[in-house]
Amino acid sequence: MLIKRNPDGIDLPLASEITPREIFESRRTFIRQLAIGSIASGALLEMASREAFAQSPAAQKLGAKANSAYVVLDKTTPYKDAATYNNFYEFGTDKSDPARNAGTLKTRPWTVTIEGEVKKPMTLDLDSLLKLAPLEERIYRLRCVEGWSMVIPWIGYSLSELIKKVEPSGNAKYVEFISLADRKQMPGVRSPVLEWPYVEGLRIDEANHPLALLTLGMYGEILPNQNGAPVRIVLPWKYGFKSAKSIVKIRFTKDQPRTAWNIAAPQEYGFYSNVNPEVDHPRWSQASERRIGEDGFFAKKRKTLMFNGYKEVASLYTGMDLKKFF
Amino acid sequence: MKMFNPSPQQFKAIKAALFVMALLPFARLVLFAFTERLGANPIEFITRNTGDWTLYFLCITLTVTPLRRVIKWNWLIKLRRMIGLFAFFYALLHFTTFLWFDHFFDVEEMLKDIAKRPFITVGFSAFLLLIPLALTSTNGMVKRLGGRRWQWLHRMIYVIAPLGILHFWWMKAGKHDFVEPILFGLVVAALLLLRVARVGSADRR
Repeated sequence: MLIKRNPDGIDLPLASEITPREIFESRRTFIRQLAIGSIASGALLEMASREAFAQSPAAQKLGAKANSAYVVLDKTTPYKDAATYNNFYEFGTDKSDPARNAGTLKTRPWTVTIEGEVKKPMTLDLDSLLKLAPLEERIYRLRCVEGWSMVIPWIGYSLSELIKKVEPSGNAKYVEFISLADRKQMPGVRSPVLEWPYVEGLRIDEANHPLALLTLGMYGEILPNQNGAPVRIVLPWKYGFKSAKSIVKIRFTKDQPRTAWNIAAPQEYGFYSNVNPEVDHPRWSQASERRIGEDGFFAKKRKTLMFNGYKEVASLYTGMDLKKFF
Repeated sequence: MKMFNPSPQQFKAIKAALFVMALLPFARLVLFAFTERLGANPIEFITRNTGDWTLYFLCITLTVTPLRRVIKWNWLIKLRRMIGLFAFFYALLHFTTFLWFDHFFDVEEMLKDIAKRPFITVGFSAFLLLIPLALTSTNGMVKRLGGRRWQWLHRMIYVIAPLGILHFWWMKAGKHDFVEPILFGLVVAALLLLRVARVGSADRR
């Protein structure tokens, strides 16, 4: 049978069960054709897209020690939800697109170039990044600017470990994260929804905050492509889009970087974009959120916490009007 | 060429088939809800899906008259009410999702949201305007209002459809994702222009 589904539909495939990409691709084409030719195309396409979940070359384990300082009491979001509901415009604007399309991303070989206002600029490959500091597992809340949230066990280490290595100069006031933008690997880059490459940024003191996580894995494995493989940043006190994915360049700068969403819609997405229930998005309230995979139909939305509950970052913003610097 | 003109039995069968087809999107949602196939964010899925189908049915409703003129199947007009009512049905589901799952019947919060956010204001207005059309869709109401007044009232659809598109457009605007709103916009614009062109030409029958 061509379409095979796990009985419970959730479990990750064992390494031995992973379909080689070519076979998988041809199967998908077949399903597509079948679907297009059918009146019930909606349902079949849905099946095709669910099947695409199997494409994550996942199951490559990544060992890490749990860091007990970063554990939340909230229930962890099911892996399936975290790996199929993503905003990653390089692979399409629909949240189911990345899981479907990110199979074309080649994550090895991969290098990250660190440049700009640093004494020791360098280019690191993935293996050096994996060895740069001990890997920790940290469970963080993730709050999307769209009003939903998840709880994800990430694997990585504080970005400050990397920053220490490159020795920023006195001029380094900001850090810029630049994501890969390759039309061949990323179909979404062909459409002008955003200015490519995707650029995000932080003030240097934000970047040095221990919470800022240079991330290489999640749920005990290397990052699935759709979640920003092979290396991304995770900033749990900021809206999700601040956490740049599939990073190829980290640049230290004197001036505040121009960031992707801020360029696209400055009135809606500020440079700081700290989670803040008191500052509404122009099109919706940010006072509450829906927890993916946990809050059922009849659960009221939960209150959003200031800095997504990470009060320890508050001192970074003392004296700042967070309504103005949203 | 002889025009297709269904017998009463055939027409009944066509209408029944159309009714069932128009219910399929709803049936799909129910099926998906019970088989956990609505994705990671079921409420968002339902909200978007019912919104999409409202727009589809509005477009189909607006297509009936031009299509009837082109292919000369005048009997199509007898299906228009049902299609229009399905547009209302999906709009009602869309609104109910918003009121129930997004606001938990907190009407005060909901009204604040409607007043504060233009895209919701516009969508809500379109929904409100649909209500009198749905209520006056019966034969009895047509008689009571008189054909002329009834027709005048139902021309409100020419306002409702663009409001619906604007609502969708604004929803997508912040994400710079205009492909779908543009497609809907072009379809509705074309359907409305056909009518303007007709009023302007001497070809009125």
